[in-house]
Order: sequence, then structure tokens, then C-alpha cells
Amino acid sequence: MSNFPYIPGPARIALLAAGVFGAGLLFTLERPPVDVVQRGFRGLGMFQNYNPRTLAKVAAANQAPAPFPQVPQFGGKAGDVYKNVQVLKDLPVGEFTRLMASITTWVAPDQGCTYCHVDANNLASDDIYTKKVARRMIQLVQDINRNWGVHVASSGPTGATGVTCYTCHRGQPVPANIWFTNTSATAPVASLGYVGGKDLPSKTAGLTSLELDPWTPYLLGSDDLRVTPTTALPVGGNAEFNIKPTYWTYGFMVAISKSLGVNCTYCHNTRQFPDWAQSTPQRATAWYGIRLVRHLNNDYLVPLTSTFPASRLGPNGDAPKINCTTCHNGVYKPLFGANLVQYYPELK
Amino acid sequence: MADYQSIFNRVQIRGPAYPGIPLPPGDLKRGGKGIYLYLLGWLGDPQLGPIYLGRLGLAALVSFVIAIEIIGLNLAASVHWSPLLFIREFPWLGLEPPAPAYGLSFPPLNEGGWWLIAGFFLTLSILLWWVHIYVRARRLGLGTHTAWAFASAIFLYLSIGFIHPVLVGHWSEAPPFGVFPHLDWTSAFSIRYGNFYYNPFHMLSIAFLYGSAVLFAMHGGTVLAVSRFGGEREVEQIVDRGTAYERGALLWRWTMGFNATAESIHRWAWWFAVFVTFTGAIGILLSGTVVDNWYLWGVKHGFVPVWPNVFPPVPDPTTLPAVN
Repeated sequence: MSNFPYIPGPARIALLAAGVFGAGLLFTLERPPVDVVQRGFRGLGMFQNYNPRTLAKVAAANQAPAPFPQVPQFGGKAGDVYKNVQVLKDLPVGEFTRLMASITTWVAPDQGCTYCHVDANNLASDDIYTKKVARRMIQLVQDINRNWGVHVASSGPTGATGVTCYTCHRGQPVPANIWFTNTSATAPVASLGYVGGKDLPSKTAGLTSLELDPWTPYLLGSDDLRVTPTTALPVGGNAEFNIKPTYWTYGFMVAISKSLGVNCTYCHNTRQFPDWAQSTPQRATAWYGIRLVRHLNNDYLVPLTSTFPASRLGPNGDAPKINCTTCHNGVYKPLFGANLVQYYPELK
Repeated sequence: MADYQSIFNRVQIRGPAYPGIPLPPGDLKRGGKGIYLYLLGWLGDPQLGPIYLGRLGLAALVSFVIAIEIIGLNLAASVHWSPLLFIREFPWLGLEPPAPAYGLSFPPLNEGGWWLIAGFFLTLSILLWWVHIYVRARRLGLGTHTAWAFASAIFLYLSIGFIHPVLVGHWSEAPPFGVFPHLDWTSAFSIRYGNFYYNPFHMLSIAFLYGSAVLFAMHGGTVLAVSRFGGEREVEQIVDRGTAYERGALLWRWTMGFNATAESIHRWAWWFAVFVTFTGAIGILLSGTVVDNWYLWGVKHGFVPVWPNVFPPVPDPTTLPAVN
């Protein structure tokens, strides 16, 4: 001890406390710098925070592929040349073949054509579930691009941004970010352990204790998300408002925020979440997005339940489903708004 | 000479343990004979015990153990009795109150019934402990200030977990038992009632909380600063001139013109602490009963600032013609 300079008691305690606190910080906070993007009037704290290191990783993981070269219009219509073409039958054969090749690189680059066709000599057969699913997915892409401009940017610097198969699939037969209904917090354990759908670590809801499955009530069902009264006083009892639905909306909003890599103030002035007049235009885009995903799950994915083999279904036998992350993958606009579909007008 | 210049007390008192004044007839015996712990002496008086639990304390302890058992077993069941998950996920685990549909009725045990029973025993335990503290103070011939300060905290606890849910007709409004779950309740409660930031009683509660911390630092700092002159014996110096106590008083009179007295500073501190939870409880009780959205209530009464919109106004899509 005599080799050390004398450190008085309070200083020793302060050093120890600083050490413990510092070690805690190392595991809690992320290393600067953080770029702040202001999104509202000054002083309101409507900021988006970006760490350039994280952003570089996210950017690298969200690059759109180059489109296939355009082909001259040749041959007849695909429906006349090939058998059993149901959706793209009016497309010229050249463009049809180009689209098929593109889909292969977008969805099944390793597996090739035979991922969806029984073999190269029998392209017409529907005796493989992937072909039936793929046909439905082409219709899904067309539906989004044709009818959901309110969500997929009907106007922008490069025209309608839209979606392609790649927006979700990213070179994989099954998109990385799909979801199944999670009942592990709603199924009771013996006669103890009531958690009411929450009170377990919810990775989807940002590691809170909020609901384990924020998707099922809103992206499959159409539960009401509005949980804050819009009158100052309790008019007529306001009986429909309760803290439990508030948890669910809260968890769902955290999940959306994670999906898009943004925080609450991307859409809301958080001093009053429900007030549309103080919200950003992105809130309306998100509102339509919720309806879009709900429509896709109920009208495309769920009806395919019996088409999928059991290995593709969830633990409770439900079809794989779409949420915000499926397309967005942590970015405010999928693939940072790259307009790939402009090179594939047949998908529009 | 012994000194107090470290926050650790260097004085280690030893001697025959002092058992306290004789107990009145009818009281139970004190437990233990009293022992000395060197490490305890670092922080304060090294004597541990004897402790007086008595009938009330014992009843409170039993109720508390029942409540903790119910909560603990439910938490353990929620991770399928896995000891590893119980430890690793403990902060996330919780015992949830019943769903809104049950209102104020008694739900099935595994749908909130256990929550009600645990809440009953926890409340019983806290109330019994309050009476215990009250009676012990009386037995020692003290005032009951501590008990009434505790009562203020209990009032907030009861407002959150019992009175507010009863007033709005739903057990579901109460917080779950659990570390993160009750914190998520706090945020959700603010969102559900339109932002507690605009609740004046929430503002008061925060002002008293921060004020308590400032008073604590001022008082603690003053007494420690004059302890080199024996100022921690403030009460016996209160009537004399030139004492350590008076130097502390002079410091504040010279720096801010006014000084509390050795007695009144403790009244200041007591009221500040009591008002933290008391005003907080009022803020809870007004929510859902007379005010449903504190932000809009603030707009109505003109204290919410208006900021320019940097984006064009966004209409509520539900008010527009249906899309698709």
C-alpha cells in the first residue's frame, strides 16, 4: 500500500463507483458518434438518431440488385406459347422469360428453376406447392403495385417505388423475416403463471415485457389501435379505453419502430400520440401499411395454408405471414427506396 | 479524537448491548440479545438487534411471505418451472391482473385471481406494518411522524393498485407484479391518459421529489460540514449562541438570507417527502375519473404551447373516403 499515493476515503468510494458505473455504461450505451436528424419544429425532440457504423452495415445489407437487361419484344404471348400460364399470359415470351430468370435470382438463386417447376421438361405442371405459391405471390406483388400506391409511394423522384419479389425474398426461397402466431404467453401453465400474453421477454417488442406477439391482433386481426381518449374529460364514461389494450398498441408500435429502424418521432409528436395534426406524413403511410399487410396476410398467405407443406407452417399449423420487417428489414423505406419495379412493368 | 470525515464512521462502539427501554405489560419479548458487527459499524451503529417483531410485525411478515410466495410461484410457473429462465428472465416476468372483461369481479385463479389474492396479502402486510410502526412509536413515547409519512406512500400504493381501479371499474387498470411489467405499466398509464407530463399533480409530485433530494443534500451537507465542531448533536445546541449548529444556520443566512432552524428543517424535509407520494396519488385518482386526457385538458386550460407544424397537416385516414 505504501507505494501508492494516499487516496482519501470519499475519493476511493468515488473511484469505485465510477468504475462500476463506467463498466455498466460500456454494456448499455453504444459508442458515438450519433448523427441526429431533426424531423419537427426545434425544441420538440423530434429526432432520428443514426450511428454511421450501424448505418453502414444496414446500408450494405439493403442494396437492390441490378435489373436484368431489357429484351427486345419477340415471340407470341406467354399464354399461347407455354401451357398453364394463368397470371402473365398476355406478356410477350421474351419479357416472360426475363421475368422468370429474374425471379429465380431473387427467390431461388441456388435452387434454380426446379425450385418451383417439377423439372425442366415439365414447366407446366402444378404438382409442386412452390409453383402454386409463386403464382399467388406474383398476384400479390401486382396487387400492391396497382392498388396500394398510398403505402408504396405512388409518386417520388423515380416514379412509383413499388415492390418486387426481391423486396421480401432477398435471394432466399423463404424471406428471412416472416412470423407465425405465438401462443406461448397465452397458453396457461397448469393453474399458475398468468401472464396474459405478456410479461416475458418480448424480442419483437424491443425487449420489453409487452406482448410476445404484437402481430396477430393487428396484422391478421383488425383490433383497434386507438387507446388514448380524444376528449379532455371522461365523456360518457369512455368505457372502451383500458390499460391492457394500451400495452398491445404500445408493443405493436415498438415493433413497427424496430422494423423500420426509426423511433416514435418518425411518425408522431410524442407529446400527443393520437393527434394527426401534429404527426408527420409518414404516419398516414404507416396507417395504410398496416391495412396493406393485414390484407396480404388474410387474402394471400392464410388461404395458402393448405398449399404449404407442414414443414413450412408454424408451431400451431398456421401459414407463414408478413409484417413490416418482411419488406423493410430495418430501413425506413425497403432497400432505401430503390425503384426496381420500374424495369419490370409487368409487375405493375 | 474520532472524526467523521469519511462517510464511513470510524467509531466502533463496543460494550454491553443496550436492549432498549422496558416493554409495557402485554407486549411480547424482543427477539435476540443484540450482537456487534464490525462491517455494520462502518455504516452506523454496529449493534444488531434485539428486534421487536410483536404480534403485528409477525402478522405483517406472514402476510408478506404469503404474497411473495404467490407471486414467486406464479413467476416460476410462467417459465415452466425452469430455475435458469427464472433467474435469467426475472426482470421481465410478472403476474398480470385480470382482463378488462372481468371488471371488478373475482376472476378464475389463473386469469387474475392469483393477482388479487397476492395483492390482498401484500396490502394486508403493508397495513399491518404501518400499525406496527405506529404502535412502536407510541410505546417509545415518540410522535407518529414516521407512520404518517409511511401512510402517504401507502396512499399512493393504494391509489394505483386499489382505489383507481375501483373508481374506473376494472382491476385490469392496476399494475402487474414484476420488475419490467410494472415499468411498462407506468408508460402505458401515461399514454392511456393522454400524457402525464401535462398532469399538474404529476408536476407537483416531481417538484417535491426533486425538492426532497435538494433538501436532503443541503441538510446532510450542512450537518456534515459542522460535524468537526460536533454539529451532528444539533438538537442540544439549538438554544445556544456560537455553536456548530449556529455556524450552519449562518451559512444559509449569509448565502440566501434565510435559514431553517434545526427543528424546522426536518419539518421541511418531512412535508416535501410526504407530498411526493400524496400529490402523485391525487394525480392518479383524478385520471379516468375527472380527466381522461391530460394533454387535451392542458389545451383546454391554455398551458400547452402551440408549435408551428413543419409538415403539411395529415388528415386522419379514417375521416377520408375508403381506399381499396
